[in-house]
Amino acid sequence: MKHTFSVLVENKPGVLSRVAGLFSGRGFNIESLCVAETLDPGLSLMTLVTRGDEQIIEQINKQLNKLINVLKVVDVSEGDFVEREMVLVKVKAEGNTRAEVLRMADIFRGKIVDVSPREYTVELTGDENKIKAVLELLRPLGIKEVARTGTIAMPRSKKTP
Amino acid sequence: MKLTGAQILIECLKKEGVDLIFGFPGGAVIDIYDELMKSPIRHVLVRHEQAAVHAADAYARVTGKVGVVLVTSGPGATNTVTGIASAYGDSIPVVIMTGQVPTKLIGNDAFQEVDIVGITRPCTKHNYLVKSVKDVAQTVKEAFYLARSGRPGPVLMDLPKDVMVDRTEFKYPETIKMRTYNPTYEAHVGQIEKAGKLIVQSRRPVLYAGGGIIASNAAAELTGLATLMQIPTTATLMGLGGFPGTHPLWMGMLGMHGTYCSNMAVANSDLLIAVGARFDDRVTGRLDAFAPHAKIIHIDIDPTSISKNVRVDVPIVADCKNALGKLVTFLKGEKGINWKEKHEEWLAQVRDWDKKHPLSYKEEKGVIKPQYVVEKLYELTKGKAIITTEVGQNQMWAAQFYKFAEPRSLMTSGGLGAMGYGFPAAIGAQLAAPDRIVIDIAGDGSIQMNIQEMATAMEQRLPVKIAILNNQYLGMVRQWQELFYGKRYAATSLATAPDFVKLAEAYGAVGLRATKPEEVVPVIKKALKTPNLVIMEFVIAQEEKVYPMVPAGKATTEMLLV
Ligand SMILES: Cc1cc2nc3c(=O)[nH]c(=O)nc-3n(C[C@H](O)[C@H](O)[C@H](O)COP(=O)(O)OP(=O)(O)OC[C@H]3O[C@@H](n4cnc5c(N)ncnc54)[C@H](O)[C@@H]3O)c2cc1C
Ligand SMILES: Cc1ncc(C[n+]2csc(CCOP(=O)(O)OP(=O)(O)O)c2C)c(N)n1
Ligand SMILES: [Mg+2]
Repeated sequence: MKHTFSVLVENKPGVLSRVAGLFSGRGFNIESLCVAETLDPGLSLMTLVTRGDEQIIEQINKQLNKLINVLKVVDVSEGDFVEREMVLVKVKAEGNTRAEVLRMADIFRGKIVDVSPREYTVELTGDENKIKAVLELLRPLGIKEVARTGTIAMPRSKKTP
Repeated sequence: MKLTGAQILIECLKKEGVDLIFGFPGGAVIDIYDELMKSPIRHVLVRHEQAAVHAADAYARVTGKVGVVLVTSGPGATNTVTGIASAYGDSIPVVIMTGQVPTKLIGNDAFQEVDIVGITRPCTKHNYLVKSVKDVAQTVKEAFYLARSGRPGPVLMDLPKDVMVDRTEFKYPETIKMRTYNPTYEAHVGQIEKAGKLIVQSRRPVLYAGGGIIASNAAAELTGLATLMQIPTTATLMGLGGFPGTHPLWMGMLGMHGTYCSNMAVANSDLLIAVGARFDDRVTGRLDAFAPHAKIIHIDIDPTSISKNVRVDVPIVADCKNALGKLVTFLKGEKGINWKEKHEEWLAQVRDWDKKHPLSYKEEKGVIKPQYVVEKLYELTKGKAIITTEVGQNQMWAAQFYKFAEPRSLMTSGGLGAMGYGFPAAIGAQLAAPDRIVIDIAGDGSIQMNIQEMATAMEQRLPVKIAILNNQYLGMVRQWQELFYGKRYAATSLATAPDFVKLAEAYGAVGLRATKPEEVVPVIKKALKTPNLVIMEFVIAQEEKVYPMVPAGKATTEMLLV
């Protein structure tokens, strides 16, 4: 099962390597990892996507909590949550594919952020499924390069007061 | 007044109650040594940094305090790694201070620079690179707090040379609170009730105690629970001494080299009460066959220990002492239970297993059996010695045949299994308990891994006794080769060895040797009477094996027996 963890950590040197080392040392896998400062500059938020059976996910949760620099661990995928990832895709855009790339970007509410006579760079955001779908559709047109941010996530607010 | 980093460090150590440091100097820590010399803190100069950590580890185990180590940068730091990993494997509180090159040189591949914080990250509870003299006091405070609280463990502080020379105003943080670290000591009442009810319902309960009992000083509570509720009790290697080794409810150690009785009892139990133990693979054997009929209660201060290897029914995250106390109170409140009667049938069964295959060995005319040596060590010290062990067969025979009466009387490298642990540990233990008899039960291989500490023991006038069970083999590995590798003894012969008696004498110690069974008792008696460092060499049966033995990957009921 895929799980998405939000990990609130102290913003100190070496914290990222403690988290990464925990995963490599214990043979857990990391599908993606995003880190950035929070409103409190003393803290950073990591969003970490991983996979494992129930027992492994429980260990990951506990082991993250055990790290001295970790303040809070939330498995956001346990409840309703919003997840987003941004990708930049450089696609071949020559002759008749030029219009096709534009159409695709449009359908998926992407933006063209860089243009050259032979390529477009498209910026797209969405959840995992959307990103996957776009990349599959763009692939036949000739993808030159992809850069992905990795997933960030947040639990949804309660809808009833 | 402004103090230097080194002065602040020493002041902080004094505030933490440190009275003894094990260490070895070098360029990066000269400033610290210069201050240490002026302080009342005793320093013990080891002959290899690994030994400093093992000694501090045992000092911590005996006293319950934090062991402290000081070494230089680079090779001094890397030499501590095995010691640190061993302390980590056994959850022992040790603070290691390593020198480091000046901050402006860090990352430059400077002389004697290593990234010891990076190297020890996976084998410390936490570690620090102290980058400013302003952080020294707070870091020392945190390091000691982390080492001793919650699940204890080693904590390393890397101290760059310039930070030790810089000056700042010294203010010692009297209290400490870390917002990211908050161990749970109090057992949840609801969980205690659930556990209590399972105990009331069970017919075939077993208590399985581990190193957590020792760490939390909960031996009395454990014995109380077992005795009041008449529950047969076993322990891990790390839990030995946590329950009296002569108690009628005592079944002996469990696991790979555990007793037949303990392993059978766990396998047939309907309730397993694990207290401060972590379901290590040496204990469980094949997981799906471990305690297959049992509900499991697990008391542990570290949530990661719970349901890591084995699913538990009632997890209790708490200090053992607290949880056991509450559990006994709850059970005492359950009126009208005659515990003796309730467990009568079960206890009879347990006694049967014990009678069927007690710990034993075959005597052989004219040949010293290692088990016999340990039995005699036990008898002649009346079970009151502090025993340290090396690693291998010697360690298992010590665990099986010395009946530990009280906690903090066995020091052994359990989790890491580091050969070379026992002798430096004996040094640390003897310094912690000058009036106790301290014996390192050693193998001929392991003892040579830190034999240089003879000089340390002599210099400190420590009357440590080393009992080498000399089988001229890396015996434990040889045993596997004999049983599972067609007797192909690849690289396990130690036929070339020093004359241990002469070696002792070379250091100014006393060397004794026994080659026949009738010499064993006189040698031990003579050693115990000698107020000096002694090596006793027992030339033992070369191919003796440790039994029972659960072969790797087998169920714990599939034991090879004597
Ligand atoms: C050659 C060799 C053979 C071995 N054979 C065996 C064998 O046959 N049988 C055997 O048992 N072992 C054996 N061992 C040792 C084994 O490798 C493990 O070290 C040992 O089983 C672990 O013991 P433990 O479960 O008590 O855990 P420990 O390592 O002692 O861990 C203690 C546990 O208690 C918890 N704890 C700590 N403090 C507290 C507290 N205050 N309150 C509550 N909980 C706390 C910790 O979180 C941890 O989970 C062998 C080792 C070697 C080298
Ligand atoms: C540092 C280290 N290296 C290797 C091992 C693997 N090992 C475990 S037991 C053992 C044999 C130890 O020999 P000895 O000290 O003579 O003890 P014996 O088993 O013969 O009693 C070895 C090599 C280890 N535990 N530690
Ligand atoms: Mg040997």
